[in-house]
Amino acid sequence: MVVGIIGYGAHVPRRRIRVEEIAKVWGADAPSYKRGLKLHQKSVPALDEDTVTLAVEAARNAFERSGGVHPAEVGAVYVGSESHPYAVKPSGTIVAEALGIVPEVHIADLEFACKAGSEGMYLAQSLVKAGEVRYAMGIGADTSQGAPGDALEYSAAAGAAAFLFGADPDRLIAEVMATYSWTTDTPDFWRREHMHYPRHGSRFTGEPAYFRHIMSSAQGIMEKAGLEPRDFAYAVFHQPNGKFPLRVGKRLGFTMEQLEPGWLSPWLGNTYSGASPIGLTATLDVAKPGDLILMTSFGSGAGSDSFIFKVTDRIEAVRDRAPRTRPQIDENVIQIDYGTYAKLRRKIRLGE
Amino acid sequence: MRSPGRSWREHPQRYRLEAAKCTGCGRILYPPRVVCPDCGGREFETVTLPRKGTIVTYTVIDVPPTGFQGQAPLVLALVELENGVRTMVQVADVPDMDRLAVGMPVKLEFRRISEDGEAGLIFYGHKAVPA
Repeated sequence: MVVGIIGYGAHVPRRRIRVEEIAKVWGADAPSYKRGLKLHQKSVPALDEDTVTLAVEAARNAFERSGGVHPAEVGAVYVGSESHPYAVKPSGTIVAEALGIVPEVHIADLEFACKAGSEGMYLAQSLVKAGEVRYAMGIGADTSQGAPGDALEYSAAAGAAAFLFGADPDRLIAEVMATYSWTTDTPDFWRREHMHYPRHGSRFTGEPAYFRHIMSSAQGIMEKAGLEPRDFAYAVFHQPNGKFPLRVGKRLGFTMEQLEPGWLSPWLGNTYSGASPIGLTATLDVAKPGDLILMTSFGSGAGSDSFIFKVTDRIEAVRDRAPRTRPQIDENVIQIDYGTYAKLRRKIRLGE
Repeated sequence: MRSPGRSWREHPQRYRLEAAKCTGCGRILYPPRVVCPDCGGREFETVTLPRKGTIVTYTVIDVPPTGFQGQAPLVLALVELENGVRTMVQVADVPDMDRLAVGMPVKLEFRRISEDGEAGLIFYGHKAVPA
């Protein structure tokens, strides 16, 4: 049985804050952040947007591209995030209720720093492959926060991507050719219970965490599939900033042309669980039938999930049935100042 | 603030925009009602509303009520959806108030509507945003 993506969609909030706007509040040097991390701006959720609302809108776009899959036929929904609105009460139940997927459905919320979205994708495609469900949905969504003044504040952003998996031959948009995960206990980034903001190992988040796991996972899946970087049309990597995905891509042997469509972080920021999944949606928006796409996520803690997708002829017929990803990032944006950002991210203490 | 029970009962209409279509006269009621105000019919079928429409009229609230203060100026609009059904909704993501206009195309997006303080339930529903 050939299993693959039969619907995909992204959703990005309209508000943005520029690196200069954050840097001036903390007396930091904006040009060095922009040059060093290749970041220009990041997305900011409004007061009425959260992981659930972004997930619902991304999932609706995935259904639009699915060729009429009825929500009631979806047998599993997984929402991966590190910013679930409730500590106890699953995001997935609200998302599935809004989409009309309930009640005959298996639902779980997943957490694994920035790779919770790809975990949901892995579980969804595995259940379809096992014949347990006809269709399954994996969603990565986040409205992440970095501590004020911390380096993460320049990148922690909001967005979501949703993927509907199935095996109907006439609905396949991108076949899953291989999957591979590479995971260890590497404490590069964490947030303890009841803490508002995460802590991280600064430079330790680079080599032993991000680069080691992505390199190992990407090399592992290529070896498993008997493929080399030149066999792929595109590659998408987790993007905690603008610099890391380009550097890891280059080290693995990919070119800028292969990385460019899915390289969104300079204008979007790091959408955590949504990061590499949203990059995949932007890549599917421009991919041609027959193209191979490598996607490798990274979640601190730490692990990387890799997927190899083969795009089918159907991509041409479905990609414009829902809003493409890149225009959502570039068009109709609302630039905000730091004061507005502080209000929207609930950093201002209000009167009781 | 809505109770958990009341918000749960309203999930179909608030989450999925489910309306009641009178099987007698065909009128679509949103929110759903028990008796059709046109023909007195009590039999309905469920229809899902389209998410695209236009602003019929609107108002801007500069001093919003409790729970909405952070959203001033708060925009409320009567929106006519593509199937002719009219609904009163908040309008979000308006880049500047000068762009608000009767006839402006909008679409309905899933958003937080309110919350019962920091420890209580979060109530979700739909708001209009510029299309």
